[in-house]
Amino acid sequence: MALSAPKAAVAPAWWRPVALLCLGLLLGACSTTPVTRNGPAETPVFPAERVLDPGVVYESDRIWDPFEGFNRRMYQFNYYFDRYVFLPGVDLYRRVTPRPLQQGLHNFFLNLSDVTTLLNSVLQLDLKKTLDTSTRLMVNSTMGLLGFIDLASDVPRKEEDFGQTLGYWGVGPGPYLVLPILGPSSLRDAGGYSVDWSTRWLLWQQTADLELYQSWTRDTLSAVDQRAHIAFRYYETGSPFEYELVRTLYSTKRKLDIQR
Amino acid sequence: MLKFARLLVTGLAVCLAVAARGQDDPAYAFPIQDKFRATVVGTPEKLQKLFPPVVVHEDRLTVFPQRHAPNYLWYEAQLRYSYAFQDQPAPLIFLIAGTGGAHNGMRNLALARAFYNAGFHVVSLSSPTLPNFIVAASSTGVPGDAVGDAQDLYRVMERIRERYRRRIEVTGYYLTGYSLGGFNAAFVAWLDQQRRAFDFRRVLLINPPVNLYESMSILDRMLESIPGGMDNFHSYYDEIVREFNVLYSTADRLEFGEEFLYSVFSQLQPRDDELAALIGLSFRFSAANLMFAADLMTNYGFIKPSNVHIGRFSDPGDYAKVAMRLGFTDYFHRFFYPFYNARLERPISREAMIGRMSLARIAGFLHDSDRIFVMHNRDDLILGDSGIGFITRVFGERAKIYPNGGHLGNMQYVVNVRDMLRLMGELGKWR
Repeated sequence: MALSAPKAAVAPAWWRPVALLCLGLLLGACSTTPVTRNGPAETPVFPAERVLDPGVVYESDRIWDPFEGFNRRMYQFNYYFDRYVFLPGVDLYRRVTPRPLQQGLHNFFLNLSDVTTLLNSVLQLDLKKTLDTSTRLMVNSTMGLLGFIDLASDVPRKEEDFGQTLGYWGVGPGPYLVLPILGPSSLRDAGGYSVDWSTRWLLWQQTADLELYQSWTRDTLSAVDQRAHIAFRYYETGSPFEYELVRTLYSTKRKLDIQR
Repeated sequence: MLKFARLLVTGLAVCLAVAARGQDDPAYAFPIQDKFRATVVGTPEKLQKLFPPVVVHEDRLTVFPQRHAPNYLWYEAQLRYSYAFQDQPAPLIFLIAGTGGAHNGMRNLALARAFYNAGFHVVSLSSPTLPNFIVAASSTGVPGDAVGDAQDLYRVMERIRERYRRRIEVTGYYLTGYSLGGFNAAFVAWLDQQRRAFDFRRVLLINPPVNLYESMSILDRMLESIPGGMDNFHSYYDEIVREFNVLYSTADRLEFGEEFLYSVFSQLQPRDDELAALIGLSFRFSAANLMFAADLMTNYGFIKPSNVHIGRFSDPGDYAKVAMRLGFTDYFHRFFYPFYNARLERPISREAMIGRMSLARIAGFLHDSDRIFVMHNRDDLILGDSGIGFITRVFGERAKIYPNGGHLGNMQYVVNVRDMLRLMGELGKWR
């Protein structure tokens, strides 16, 4: 409090209303309720009241999505980003990069994320995953030339992140969130992601002294590589209920990942 | 006496069955005998004909420039399709996907690979029942009308041809489609006989339904075998989503349809009734998508009250659940039939409307044409009792009937692919 007080004092007078307006636009103006025109809603041929049993709660109803308006907009933003930036980037990457190099880079980034998996396996007190992942890391990082060759492909590969670690220790997912570029997440998993990201950043600081442009290149390459390995296309599932489907699938998948 | 008559009838039936089997290729060795399992599992990879990968390009087409897509389905405004062109002059084949299928679905891709490697230019289209097609390319917004859907497809095909007229040289036109896409192809061919825009050299129908209403009813009923009956639908659905997730990291596409559910479940060992329920559910997804898209296009007030507006970012709430609970037959009786009847000058009965949605309507044309071929399976589960009889009667020598394979289960089987290419005239590279 004492620390932030001087800062607040230097903030210009317009800051507060603008911030409030932004917040309001972000959350308040994002109503997702359909609009009924000209009097009360007419009765359709198959009204929900008649078709659905009101006592039944679907698994998908249990997902908490208080920022739905914001999320749906972010979902749309991601579609545009995907279509005009990400996918053309992936296309370009595939055209200019020789196949073996693509595979090598992919292995390299998987090896990096094995570091995250190892740390989180330890935090989850999972001996088997810790041993497997350490083996993979040690073999691939040395003989596999910094991970470019997956020599330890016989050892099962697992994905663990800090979101799962939090889940393991009983932290619920919190509200569903659609993150810019990264896509479906939750408050817990978004927090977990930033922890994993910071840890990796710290490790890089310790091991390699990269210039800013170098680490940007690395991160861009990593993102493009990841996108190249996900077949998902926004608004192409053929379902008019895609937002809900993705939300349900994401939430269920995370629950299962944590149990595993 | 009665006993004797029954014996006679049984004897006759057996003779007929044996005689009918006589037409089948005795050496046909598609290994999956169970029709449900064949439908879900499909052709094991080692029995597929492997082709070099094909670079398929995707593009979009504005079919009706004046049309405004419903706000909620803004992203469906343009029709998506895919193509792969040869460098030299070649025949061009159009592919039409089955119920709820997208132009770039697994089955269309398999067909594209086969025909491209046989030397064809390939243009791949979505089913007229896919929301993208309904919003972007359907003249009424209500799919299922045999002739109407064919007209919509025809328009799209002409537009796509126009688009690449300068880029490729086409030596002749061919057409194929699987499942409902085969049914569509038959009516497109019929239309082409009058309009002559393409003058198709060969048309191949792969496992088409004969009577659409009959096939729809069969598929609706399949879902009734879910554990605990329809009252248990929600928990069955939740269970499916869970199972689906267990294997979902191994799948390479997120497409909520037939192909995807099947690819996920082919790795489990479910019983026949579970398989039937699964097939029913996969078609239910298509039905739900179709109904809701048609409802929004026409503002008919089927699931969504007609004076409720759902915008770009609206939450459709319970509409999704309602849509999943309704079948094709609900759509026919309470939406399709009244919708089209109101547009006819003289209203017709339900039976007459059902009759319009059948290959029997163009049986004469199909019988007389020497360019239309059909591949089907004796145990295809979307056909009623008289289905195969109708096909052999109408197509005669131009029908290739396999003893087993379920619904499309053997479509990628090496023998089927070979026959497919032979029927289309063996264009060189195939050995």
